[in-house]
Amino acid sequence: MALLDVRDLSVVFQRRGTRPVTAVDGVSFTVEPGQTVGLVGESGCGKSVTSLAIMGLLPRRGNTVAGEVLFENTDLLKLRPAELRDRRGRDIGMIFQDPLSSLNPVIPLGLQVAEVLERHQGRTRREALREARGLLDAVGIPDPERRLKEFPHQLSGGMRQRALIAIALACKPRLLIADEPTTALDVTIQAQILTLLKELVDNSGTALVMITHDLGVVAGLCDTVNVLYAGKVVERAGRHHLFAEPRHPYTDGLLQSVPRLDADRGGRLHQIRGSVSDNIPWSEGCAFAPRCDRVIDDCIGETVPLLGGALRCTNPVPKEVPV
Amino acid sequence: MVRVILRRLIQLIATVIALMTLVFFWLRSLPGGPVDALLGERATPQTRELLTRALGYDQPIWVQYGRFLKNVVTGNFGNSIRTGEPVTEVISRAFPATIELAVAAIIIAIGLGIPLGYLAARHRGRLLDNATIIVTLVGISIPIFFLGYLLKDWLTQDIHLFPPSGRITTGLGNTDVTGFFVLDGLLTRELDASADALWHLVLPAFTLATIPLAIIIRITRASVLDVLDEDYIRTADAKGLRNATVRKRHVLRNALLPVVTTIGLQTGALLAGAVLTEKVYNWGGLGTLITDSISGGRDYPVLQALILLAAVVFIVVNLAVDLSYAFIDPRVRVK
Repeated sequence: MALLDVRDLSVVFQRRGTRPVTAVDGVSFTVEPGQTVGLVGESGCGKSVTSLAIMGLLPRRGNTVAGEVLFENTDLLKLRPAELRDRRGRDIGMIFQDPLSSLNPVIPLGLQVAEVLERHQGRTRREALREARGLLDAVGIPDPERRLKEFPHQLSGGMRQRALIAIALACKPRLLIADEPTTALDVTIQAQILTLLKELVDNSGTALVMITHDLGVVAGLCDTVNVLYAGKVVERAGRHHLFAEPRHPYTDGLLQSVPRLDADRGGRLHQIRGSVSDNIPWSEGCAFAPRCDRVIDDCIGETVPLLGGALRCTNPVPKEVPV
Repeated sequence: MVRVILRRLIQLIATVIALMTLVFFWLRSLPGGPVDALLGERATPQTRELLTRALGYDQPIWVQYGRFLKNVVTGNFGNSIRTGEPVTEVISRAFPATIELAVAAIIIAIGLGIPLGYLAARHRGRLLDNATIIVTLVGISIPIFFLGYLLKDWLTQDIHLFPPSGRITTGLGNTDVTGFFVLDGLLTRELDASADALWHLVLPAFTLATIPLAIIIRITRASVLDVLDEDYIRTADAKGLRNATVRKRHVLRNALLPVVTTIGLQTGALLAGAVLTEKVYNWGGLGTLITDSISGGRDYPVLQALILLAAVVFIVVNLAVDLSYAFIDPRVRVK
């Protein structure tokens, strides 16, 4: 049984006086216990919105969420808000992109870690703080005793993200959702945080949904990768498969635009032309068609289905035939 | 922290000196003067000259200014031209009345303003929110003297709900301890006097509170809305914290910072409003004293002292506000 089974998840933003925007358009994917799954795509493809919808953290006003989010066979979207609050932080933890703005500036770090233990594990403040000390230690924050009393602005960026990881994993959730956890960090710190995340989820058996635009992160971490474009999954594959043999032209474009050490010096990087706003609606064909190098007549007209549950393309990049 | 306070106190002194100078020359540049006011239009030139000399106004202006500065530094604000009493005595008699009124008003403004602003933010775009926006707009727009007479007419004449004027019913003997009637009654266990004083306080305090109340509601609303959009509130929600915990621990404290600033700035409006409110409800405080001192004799010594006092109160309140930041926001403590 899958730990998390997202079925046909859709999120529509509707602000008064504007036309509705479909941010997530029928996304389905599963996460097995202990597995690491990547959601990859450029800004605006709906990956963050997907994670917020799973957690029930989208503002209720102006957003319509449809589909099913089955967590251990319970549909989180059907839970009452109070029931969902019981699960958030306990069964599912989440870490966010910007560690500074994600921590409360006026509350000491210790309480920000401890409060989640108080809430879900019935600890007293004193017990929770003692446990928080251990948690900060476990995520590699030096001198945790002192840090408990400090405020977020007194910590470095890397330490703040470590603290957020400690908070998210405090109650040993079975699923951790990481929404671009390294985007706001220095490259050296990025590597440390990723290593830490990998260690922690491997040791605890926590499943991880990794949301990122960084294919390097995917390569190092994920078992399965879902590539999102304009709110739909366009390609799904195991990590090795995806990197060795991308089939969707979008995935191919993303991979080619990663700088390579063995490429010619001074050569131009590959780029996908246009921007994410140059879309056609999925109902009129492939949303990526206006930017695609392999576009053919069949791409326009009607929605392209997710063939074999893994590839949404009428003219995919051919498999390399062994010569 | 001590250095900050010290620096602010030095700034306070500089401000006061500058203000004294301004007030001194500004008052004397107004047409008319104490001599005209005291003697009337039909006074003979001889009596005018005598009084002018007696009051010291025949001296060159810079001599008068020097004497004034010297007196202020030694704590001598002179005697009232109208009554001959020492200015300090006149003011200390009226001071508690205004403080009582202003404190009651600010308690109403804060006590109602923050919860109402918070509620409006939680109901963003719904009926309660829209109603709040309209009512606060009206609250900010209605002049105090108009609202004061309106309430007075309605609640004391049409319905005899509140006493129309004064601080306490005459004859209700209350022992003077602090000059704050409500407090005095409690201290001396004359609870009937306390209740009576409180009853007198309701209308004037509410009248004076309307503008700060409306502003605090709006600032709180806007500030809470800002905070609700912050990433750390999303983090708090992601932890599964109870709604009440998120609100109390994470939203309110952050949302209060701009509100506290506003409260400090409103002190000025409160002092100005007190002049009008006291006039409407015949409240014997500093406001009444200011109007009387201007209209009834250009009482230079009293006016000078009153304006200085208002400035000092304003500066001290704002200093207190700045210091309170340090308790609310740890980021301020370091700087």
